[in-house]
Formats: sequence, structure tokens, C-alpha cells
Amino acid sequence: MKIPTAIITMLFGVVITLASLWYGQNNGWMPIAASQEAPLVDGLFNTMMTIATGLFLLVEGAIVIAIFRFRQQPGDNTDGPAIEGNLPLEILWTGIPVVIVVGLSIYSFEVYNTMGGLDPMASGDRQVVQVAANPDAQISGLIPGDSQARPDRVAVGVGASPQTQGQPADVEVDVLGLQFAWIFTYPQSGVVSGELHVPADREVKLNIKAQDVLHAFWVPQFRLKQDAIPGRTVELRFKPQIPGTYPIVCAELCGSYHGAMRSQTIVEAPEDFDAWLQSQIAMTEAGENTVAMVPETLSKTDRLALRTADLGVDDRTLAQLHHTGHHH
Amino acid sequence: MATGMRAELATPNPDFLGFENYNGVLTLHGTIMIFLWIVPAGTGAFANYLIPLMIGAKDMAFPRLNAIAFWMVPPGGILLLSSLITETPGAGWTSYPPLSTSSGQVGQMTWILSVLILGTSSILGALNFLTTLLTMRIKDMTFYDMPLFCWAMLATSALVLISTPVLAGALILLSFDLIAGTAFFNPTGGGDPIVYQHLFWFYSHPAVYIMILPMFGMISDILPVHARKPIFGYTAIAYSSLAISFLGLIVWAHHMFTSGTPGWLRMFFMIATMAIAVPTGIKVFSWVATIWRGKLRLNTPMLFAIGFVALFLIGGLSGVMLASVPFDIHVHDTYFIVAHFHYVLFGGSVTGIYAGIYHWYPKMTGRMFNETWGKVHFFLHFVGFNLCFFPMHVLGLQGMPRRVVQYDPQFATVNMVCTVGSIILAFSTIPFIINAVWSWSKGPKAGANPWRALTLEWQTTSPPAIENFDEEPVLWSGPYEYGIDLELIEDDRSVDELLEEVKAEM
Ligand SMILES: [Cu+2]
Ligand SMILES: [Cu+2]
Repeated sequence: MKIPTAIITMLFGVVITLASLWYGQNNGWMPIAASQEAPLVDGLFNTMMTIATGLFLLVEGAIVIAIFRFRQQPGDNTDGPAIEGNLPLEILWTGIPVVIVVGLSIYSFEVYNTMGGLDPMASGDRQVVQVAANPDAQISGLIPGDSQARPDRVAVGVGASPQTQGQPADVEVDVLGLQFAWIFTYPQSGVVSGELHVPADREVKLNIKAQDVLHAFWVPQFRLKQDAIPGRTVELRFKPQIPGTYPIVCAELCGSYHGAMRSQTIVEAPEDFDAWLQSQIAMTEAGENTVAMVPETLSKTDRLALRTADLGVDDRTLAQLHHTGHHH
Repeated sequence: MATGMRAELATPNPDFLGFENYNGVLTLHGTIMIFLWIVPAGTGAFANYLIPLMIGAKDMAFPRLNAIAFWMVPPGGILLLSSLITETPGAGWTSYPPLSTSSGQVGQMTWILSVLILGTSSILGALNFLTTLLTMRIKDMTFYDMPLFCWAMLATSALVLISTPVLAGALILLSFDLIAGTAFFNPTGGGDPIVYQHLFWFYSHPAVYIMILPMFGMISDILPVHARKPIFGYTAIAYSSLAISFLGLIVWAHHMFTSGTPGWLRMFFMIATMAIAVPTGIKVFSWVATIWRGKLRLNTPMLFAIGFVALFLIGGLSGVMLASVPFDIHVHDTYFIVAHFHYVLFGGSVTGIYAGIYHWYPKMTGRMFNETWGKVHFFLHFVGFNLCFFPMHVLGLQGMPRRVVQYDPQFATVNMVCTVGSIILAFSTIPFIINAVWSWSKGPKAGANPWRALTLEWQTTSPPAIENFDEEPVLWSGPYEYGIDLELIEDDRSVDELLEEVKAEM
């Protein structure tokens, strides 16, 4: 019995569609989504995975079938049929990608807007470029120039989502990337830390700067990444949701120990966050801060602690940072 | 070198190359693969060899210029490699300042000079290809009688001419910053490192197409020959090369979605980048339609050509995903990117170069290669490649950044798989090299046209005579008119006899 080609084609179509829909949702390729922005990105990714899986099965499937069905039969030295094209088919496979691409662009735009990427405060590049420290100099070179030239919100990053635009964030943190560590300063309280503590379900705004070369602040579980650029302050605003400890990774090649430039972010319940902040303030007042800093935070990755020590991030520079923290 | 990097990454700790060396090696790996392997092999060697043959010309338009362009490659290469002895540049092949201007001067300057030399060479080459293609086709050959490789080279040369001078400019400014202490890109002196990124990517995104368009052309020429079927949609493939070339010029900032680019600009570059999927899709679908219903000769060049389509597709699909700004923010500078561009440049370009080498090997050497070892090469290449690079997609999504020598131990198993893949990949070149060397002198004689192909390069002797053609070549059929001389071939007349007949008639 011969089954008509149309039916076979349709069956293939249904199978491919179902398989893509399933795999698009259940690929499990992303780590947990710990911020408000993350599920948006994952939704976009799963949609793209669905389409990609469909096209993958379609094209690779056709190739595999062709290899088996249309291989040269032994002894047959003739040519294949002289088919030079098929206009309707060509229009179809130009048109469908156009539709997909337009759809994905609109969807991406929506997601980006909801995340706050088009917040005029964060995305308008007002080109106020500050004078940064000389990379060769110690951290001290940065601070004077920095405190006078600290611009309002000159930044190109991800800002507030449309609902919260214009409102100040609940927590602001100044982030400084330097070879090869991250330093987090809480300007409201003057606390300086090597780890980023943030309260869950509160709007957090990071003001990211680099002291020497380009770095990039990345928390995979937040799906957010932003380059730290010498001479600029870049805003990154988000709402962490699921409490836990997540890695902070430097994602821009910044020198020999780039791979070791890691820290972590701790998302905790607002009460726990306040308690942590209070304990830090207490320590600062007791004058223990600078001493406690290095072992407490950086020793988590002991390799890093060793390195920061010989790269000039020592008690003295931290003390300086801490000192400037009071000016903000 | 690449396998050395993978060996280092087999374990989460820096125990093989170490911190400093790893960055030097990664910079050189990128630069060598791009400027000394894919660009010279694809746009240099193949284009130089094939363009005159395919259009029936004796030589290139400017043979002298051609020689200069060619002889600039070895000094550029030696200079680059010399940095292994003096001081390796450690800022990646992108050499973003301020890192590139604040780390080792000697290494960085060596890098700049060698890239400048290699860049000048490719500009001279492009000028020559363009003139040759426009003015030296044999009479009767219209643009639409050209093999698709020639169309691809038109598009590639235009791209080289527009974009490479910008890279040269950026590098010259960078070297001023490096040596004379100027501050074009140096934020300490009021410069802006982002400007360098714009200039750099204005060249380096088109560079991707400079590295892949010639292979698109070669694949469009190889598939029909071994499928014994005309290329599907000649005009669409020809124009899609030009469309890719144009769009390739206006998408550079998609490499900078996480650096300092304003929101509206990100949106513009996202849409332009996604648009490239359309002409690229046309090509992929047309290639599949070309082999569909053909009578496939599954020999080594055909396997590599089909493998090219299969692997490039994956790079294309991940490319569309990357164009989407919110997604790119997550995966930028991660192993997802590493996977993506290796699927394009290795799975695509390098597989394409292998297909080209096997396909034109009889023409270049006059001898056939050994099929069995060719197939062994293909299977090792295909399996090793996928094993090495496919898992990297997941690594990147899960949180492993690129260019690191040390990583989170949770990724150790997957990295081990990648390393095994890369070792297979390294071994796959052994049968290739032995086969190529051995067959050159010992392989069976190939004759002028072992594939019974229709393009002009197969009309001359193998290897071609000194001025390419002993007798004026004759354009007696379109480049892809397979299947219409069916009865004649059943008549048992060979292509050579047919050729004689056509010549006699003229
Ligand atoms: Cu860094
Ligand atoms: Cu690009």
C-alpha cells in the first residue's frame, strides 16, 4: 500500500512541531531564574529554542533523508532531474523567516522594555565622560577625580521597568571593578563589602564603575550583565526574587587573573539584609571593618585573596575606599 | 595550540598553561586562525586560484600586486609567531583598551603590526579580485553565467575594501596610545574606550562574512557537481551574497550590547542583525533543495560540503538568538558565544575549506586522493567537532564566561567532554595531511575533469598549464546545467568528446 506524499509530509510536520514545542519548554539549559527579569529572558529564550528546534529538525532531517534516499544507485551514472528552482517555494522560505524575524524583534523589544532597557534615565548616553584613574596607578589615583566628577545618572545599562520609572530604587550599591576583584559600597550607610548582599523583592540599583580596564558584572541567575567601563558610571537596576547565593562573574577579559575574578551575591529576606547591614555598620564603627574585610569576604576563594593582596588591593586601599564612602 | 587550551580547561584549575600563558595563547589562537588560516586560505588561496580559472582568464588583473599581497602573509605570520618568543599579547584578538594599552607593550605592538600587514595584504587582494571579476571574464560570459563562487567573491571583496581600512585606522590610533602615550581610547586622558570598540567591530563583524562568504560560494559550486543536479535558485543565492555583504556592514554593534551603547541603538542593531537570517536562510534552504532528489555521489568533498550545511545551520540558529538584545545580555562573552562562532567559523568556514581542498585537489595536483582516508578524516572531524563545541552552548547558558583559565568546578565534566572532542579533532588532521602529501605523488592520475563538472576550471589540464588554458576555453554550457544532457551521456560519450564536438561546431 502506498501512502500519499501529502499525508507523510503532514505527519512529519506534526511530529516536528510537537517535538519543538516540547523541547522549547523543557530544554533545561538555563540555570535557576532568581530575579524578576530572568523569567522574561527565559520566556524569550524558550520561544527561540522552539523555533530553532523546529528549523533544526526540518533541515537536518531533510539532509539525513536525502543522504539515504537520494544516494547514487550502484551503476547509475546519470544525472538527477534538471530542476533549477521553484519560485513559490523560494518565496515561501524567504517569507517565513521574515515573519519569524519580525516577530522575534517585537518580542525582544517588549522584553527589553519591560526589563528597563529603554528607561531614558539608564539608556540615554549623555556622554559625560569622566577622567578615570591611570591604570598603572594605585586605587588612590581614582578617588579625588571621582568624587568631584561623579555625575548624576550618566549611564547606558538596564534601568527601571516602565512601572517604576522615575521612582528611586529601594537599595543603591556602588560597584567598583578592578583587577581582579569587585568592591561593593552601600552609599547610604557607608558599608564596604567584597560580596553583594541584596534584599529579595526590593528594587536594587547598581552604579557600576571600573577602576582600571574593562570588566563585566554578570550574575547568570539574574540573566543580567553589564560592562564596567573606566570613566563612566553605568546603571543596572533589577529586582532579585529567590533567596540564595549566586556567583558574580567577571565576563570581560581584564588581564591574567580574569578567570579568578569572581565574587558572590547573597539574596536574602529584607529582615536578614537589614540585620547584615547593621552588623556591618557596627563593625565599621568599631573600626574592624578594614581588618575584617579581606578574610571575611575574599578568602572564600582563597586564590583570589592571595592575588588581590599582591595586586595592591590591601588594607590601605580598602581603608581609602571606606573613607570615601562617607562622602556620598 | 587550540588543543593545548582545551587540555588546560580539562580541569577547573590552571595547571597546564597557567594564567599569563593562557591569555597569550588565546590571543594568538584567535588571531592566527582568523588572519593566517581562514582569511588567507578562503579569500586568498582559493580566490587566487579559482577566479581566473572559473572565468577563463590567464591570470589575475594585476599579477604583480597579487604577488605582493601574497608575499605579505608570511612576514606577517612570522612576526605574529615571534611574539611567542618575546612577549605574547594577552588582550584577546579584540585587544580592547585600556587592557591592551596597559599590558605588555612589545607583545601588543607586535600584534598590531602583524595584523596591519595581513590587513593590507587582504585589501590589495580584494582590489585585484574585483577588477579581475569585472573585466577579465571570457567573452559570452555574463554575470549570470559566473559560478556562484565568483558572486561570493564579488560580495567578499566589496566588504574587505570598505571595512578593513577602518580596522587599520583603529589599530594605528591604538598604537599611538600604546607608544606615544596619546589618549584616543584612554579614559585617563579623556579618551573613550568604547570608540575603539565601534571601530574594531566595524571591521570585525564584516570579517566574519569575509571568512564565510567564499565558503558559501564554494559549497554552492560543490553540491551540484556531486548531486548531479543544477543549483536550486541560482539568482537567489547570488543576490543573497550581496544582501549579506550589505547587511554585514550595519550590524557591528551587536557585539556591544552590554557595553556602552544607547537603548535605541541596541534596537536598531538587533533588527538589522536578525534581518541577515533571511538571505542566509535562503542559502541553506536552497542547498538542501539542491541535494533533494539528486543522485548523490557521497565522496569526501560531498560529505564535507553536506557537513558544512549541517554544522553551519547550528551556528546560524544560535546567531539569530544572539541578535536578541535581552538574551544576548545574558550570554555575551560566555561559552555560548564560543560555541556559536566555532560553529560558524570552524564548522562552517574550516569544513568548507576542507570540502574545497578535496574537491579541487585533482585539479591542483593532477592526482586523486585516497577516498577511504578522506572519509575517515570527515567522520573524525564531524564527531570531534560536535563533541567539542556543542556542549559549550549549555556551559555558557549555565554561567561559564569565555577566556577563563579557571572555572567553577560544577562545569568540570562537560569541559572534559569538550577536551576529548578537541583531541579527536586534532587527530582528524593526521589522515588529512598524510593523504594530501602521499596522494600528491602517488595518487592515481586524475585527468582534466574527474567529477564531470561543468565550470570552466575543469576544461583545462590538471594541474592547469602555465597561463591556465592551453587553448581558449569555450563557454558551452551554464555552470550548473546538469540533467539536460542525459541522453548524450547515455550515448556513452564522455564530456571531453562532447567538448571536442562543440569546439568543432564553432
Ligand atoms: Cu575583570
Ligand atoms: Cu558580528
